[in-house]
Amino acid sequence: MNPVNYLYLAALLFTIGAAGVLIRRNAIVVFMCVELMLNACNLAFVAFSRMHGNLDGQIIAFFTMVVAAAEVVVGLAIIVSLFRSRHSASVDDASLMKL
Amino acid sequence: MDNLIALLVAAPLLGAAVLLCGGRRLDKTGHWLGTLLAGLSFVIGAVLFADMVGKGAEDRALHQRLFSWVPVEGFQADIAFQLDQLSMTFVLLITGVGTLIHVYSIGYMEHDERRRRFFGYLNLFLAAMLLLVLADNYLLLYFGWEGVGLASYLLIGFWQHKPSAATAAKKAFLVNRVGDMGLSIAIMLMFTTFGTFAFGPVLSSTGESSEGMMTAIGLMLLLAACGKSAQVPLQSWLGDAMEGPTPVSALIHAATMVTAGVYLIVRSADIFNAAPDAQLAVTVVGAVTLLFGAIVGCAKDDIKKALAGSTMSQIGYMILAAGLGPIGYAFAIMHLVTHGFFKAGLFLGAGSVMHGMNDEVDMRKYGGLRKYMPVTFVTFGLGYLAIIGFPGLSGFFSKDKIIEAAFAKGGTEGWILGGVALLGAAITAYYMTRVMLLTFFGEKRWQPAPDPDKAPGVEPGIEVHPGEMPHPHESPRSMTIPMILLAVGSVGAGAFFGIGDRFVKWLEPVTKFEHGHPPIGAAAITSATVAVMVIGVTVAYLQYGRRPVPVVAPRGSLLTRAARRDLLQDDFNHIVLVRGGEHLTRSLVYVDHTLVDGVVNGTAASVGGLSGRLRKLQNGYARSYAVSMFGGTAVLIAATLLMRAV
Repeated sequence: MNPVNYLYLAALLFTIGAAGVLIRRNAIVVFMCVELMLNACNLAFVAFSRMHGNLDGQIIAFFTMVVAAAEVVVGLAIIVSLFRSRHSASVDDASLMKL
Repeated sequence: MDNLIALLVAAPLLGAAVLLCGGRRLDKTGHWLGTLLAGLSFVIGAVLFADMVGKGAEDRALHQRLFSWVPVEGFQADIAFQLDQLSMTFVLLITGVGTLIHVYSIGYMEHDERRRRFFGYLNLFLAAMLLLVLADNYLLLYFGWEGVGLASYLLIGFWQHKPSAATAAKKAFLVNRVGDMGLSIAIMLMFTTFGTFAFGPVLSSTGESSEGMMTAIGLMLLLAACGKSAQVPLQSWLGDAMEGPTPVSALIHAATMVTAGVYLIVRSADIFNAAPDAQLAVTVVGAVTLLFGAIVGCAKDDIKKALAGSTMSQIGYMILAAGLGPIGYAFAIMHLVTHGFFKAGLFLGAGSVMHGMNDEVDMRKYGGLRKYMPVTFVTFGLGYLAIIGFPGLSGFFSKDKIIEAAFAKGGTEGWILGGVALLGAAITAYYMTRVMLLTFFGEKRWQPAPDPDKAPGVEPGIEVHPGEMPHPHESPRSMTIPMILLAVGSVGAGAFFGIGDRFVKWLEPVTKFEHGHPPIGAAAITSATVAVMVIGVTVAYLQYGRRPVPVVAPRGSLLTRAARRDLLQDDFNHIVLVRGGEHLTRSLVYVDHTLVDGVVNGTAASVGGLSGRLRKLQNGYARSYAVSMFGGTAVLIAATLLMRAV
């Protein structure tokens, strides 16, 4: 199958993720959308790796997974403590950092 | 011999330093030290003079370079002295009259507890004045010029607890400042034109520059001379300067410092010779001041202020002569020297009269003093005869020559200037006769001493008991001897200088001399001078000698009342300068508030408004930040792709 199709799929996933980050208010969903964007990037890396015939892209995909796993640990912890203090998981409620 | 020149200045400078820093332990001896050092300076001057006379006329000038003051590439200012015939004349006048007045002050200031400080200031003045006339460049001259201004300020305000004296000192300082600006601008112009301000190079290369530049420098020098020599339009400080102790009025405001302007013009003769317009301005200033001072002198009842008007007028004669060019320079200096003698003598006589009359200065409250103060009467009388130009006395020789030179200017100008000078001679005779008659002749019009609480103008130091009648007495010998010596000078100096043109020949190598040819004979001018003098004396006698003089001044004519107020000089200054200045500052404040502040505040307000808008971007919503991040990234990628494509 033509590897370019994977790139199309990656772009589609990335766009869905980005739109979810911008539109959704629930922190968990926003978080999932961020993961979706990361995985879209991974897919693009792997596709490019296949297209160019070297392993750099695949190695970077591993790095990305490690970083994403670490991010999930920290991010979920923040969301849980946020929910405990405010009884809400809406990102718009956490808007104290403004003038 | 060259090395002695610095000592001339150093002696009084040392005196000033010791007396002003020495503290109270010098209170008992300080006045002797000050007088001794002034005398030492005179002795050195006399030694140098004897040496100078022994040499040929052309190589009499001495030079001494002490050290380089400002050694900068392209800007050389040296502490260097030049002693030529012109400087020598001044050195002898300053140290001679200065020493006499030091001696006089020992007696005059005897009861003043700040006498040591007074002598310190006097020595400071001598040092600065000697520096002024001995400098060999304009910058050092400027240094001395400011120094005498400072000494004058300190001495006018010596009795600073009197508000009038403190104000007079400030007034003198401020008016002099205006003139000093002229001198500093002139020096800057010289530097830009010639690249130097030493007398030698500047004065020998005046022909290389344009006449316009010479006129500019000349007018600025004239402004400086107007300030220092109390010439119209900067004359207003001299009358008030009489608030100072009388020896100060005699030394600084009659004999020496106020003549510094004449020195400056004569010293810069080459510049004025190259600028006829500036010369004309000098003669006009001289002629106007001559009449101005004389008219003021006629109306004043304060003996010192009458003499101050006379000083102004006589310096007007000198400035007039200095503006006539080579036909007048030598006569300007000659009149300056004879004036130094007789005016200093007159002031010392006035001081002596005040000393005996409980410090009363109003001549209408004198009268009949000739029997009580014979020495003062005779010396004052000789000074009086000298100033009105009585034939044979010194004023006759010097003033007559100036009048001749004024006529010799030629054309209509010559007639006008000569006529003004003659008219001035008549008025001089009038007001001096008036002073003489009011003070020494007529009935006693003495008044009991005023209550010092009600009349704070009384000079301190002399005990005045309210209500006590004055009992005039002759002054102590330390005061009469200087008066006698100055009277001898007033009598003899003119004949000594004038007969055989001795003074003119002495100064000729420095100032050059051309014989002026008046359109009418010299004998006719001399007789006219004597005739107007007699008319002036007669008119004054008819007015003040034949009739009893009222103690309270009559209202007088419009001119008299104006002259009593110094011909409205202060009113003029107030309306034109003070009010004008106020209006100017007020309008500047308005411009500052509206325009400058408007621009500044407007900028601040628009920046503030803009940042207020930008602040709205920081709304705290993570999602809106994410939008801007996505947007920014999209723009960057689009730009990169676009650049690739191009």
